[in-house]
Amino acid sequence: MSRGVACILLVVAVTWLSPALAVNPDEVLSDPALEERARDISKGLRCLVCQNQSIDDSDADLAKDLRVLVRERLSAGDSNDAVIQFVVARYGDFVLLKPPFKPATLALWLGPVGIAGVGLLAVFFFFRRRRLEVSAGPHGAPTSAKPPEPLSDDEKRRMEDLLKDDKT
Amino acid sequence: MQRRFFYLVPLAVFLVMAIYFAVGLTKDPKILPSALIDKPVPDFALPPIEGGPGKGFSSANLKGDGVTIVNVFASWCVPCRVEHPLIARLAELNVAKVYGLNYKDKPKDALRWLAELGDPYTAHGADTKGRVAIDFGVYGVPETFIIDNTGTIRYKHVGPMTADKLEREVLPIIKKLDKGNGQ
Repeated sequence: MSRGVACILLVVAVTWLSPALAVNPDEVLSDPALEERARDISKGLRCLVCQNQSIDDSDADLAKDLRVLVRERLSAGDSNDAVIQFVVARYGDFVLLKPPFKPATLALWLGPVGIAGVGLLAVFFFFRRRRLEVSAGPHGAPTSAKPPEPLSDDEKRRMEDLLKDDKT
Repeated sequence: MQRRFFYLVPLAVFLVMAIYFAVGLTKDPKILPSALIDKPVPDFALPPIEGGPGKGFSSANLKGDGVTIVNVFASWCVPCRVEHPLIARLAELNVAKVYGLNYKDKPKDALRWLAELGDPYTAHGADTKGRVAIDFGVYGVPETFIIDNTGTIRYKHVGPMTADKLEREVLPIIKKLDKGNGQ
């Protein structure tokens, strides 16, 4: 078997596998619709022991307990929001992997937009000033300065003399 | 002159952010603010540790009985062993009743642990499934809560109690809450 075919087979074999999940078979609900919702909710809830994993991904004991809890609440007829609120009431907003939009998180949500806005404004003013400078003349006279006075007769004569000299 | 000042803006922004991040780095990201501070204790009733002499405890024990402490512990938790002498000292001071919440433990192990290290608790209850602990927002054992006379959670310490924390935070807070009750 050529090396190329072996490589392709290896890639297929590796990508074919589904990722190992922390959800144990005994936790899975028999109702696929409910289970789907449970998975959805679990993916947005932070495991507080490992902190940067969702409870859906985590093998921690507490994550397992929370997964079971989420499924219990759903089975009891809670809406998705009600289940999330139930967990947030106990662990705070930090348990949400996606922080909510509220006064305390305004800087977090709007900060990037604000900084980009300031940058765009800076670019806008930079180019506007440059255009004005270019149109004002090669020496870049400041836009606020008065336009240069016209040459006096004396100066005109001198300039013509100089230009004549150049031609010879 | 004005323009020179303008060039200092990036430096100023950098300094502000540097200070902000420097302060942030001194904080332990494992310690989370509790969502339950200044909230009433959750409703619960814990049975005693199975086979033990205890009587369990419930949310009713934490209301109208002065300042109380709830200490979450487990025999499998090594830091709990470390902090245990301090919890015992806190109980000996007799400034507040100390309740023990035995978190997801085997009754036999828990009883052996208490027999070996001493049982400083006014009462302890077994939370074998960890549900009451979830209602308390517990995410790592040990945790210690201070609850005022009205049954409101006022303070939470995550991780093993230290002598320093006990002296500088826990005891002053108990004292302050006690005064607030006019006792």
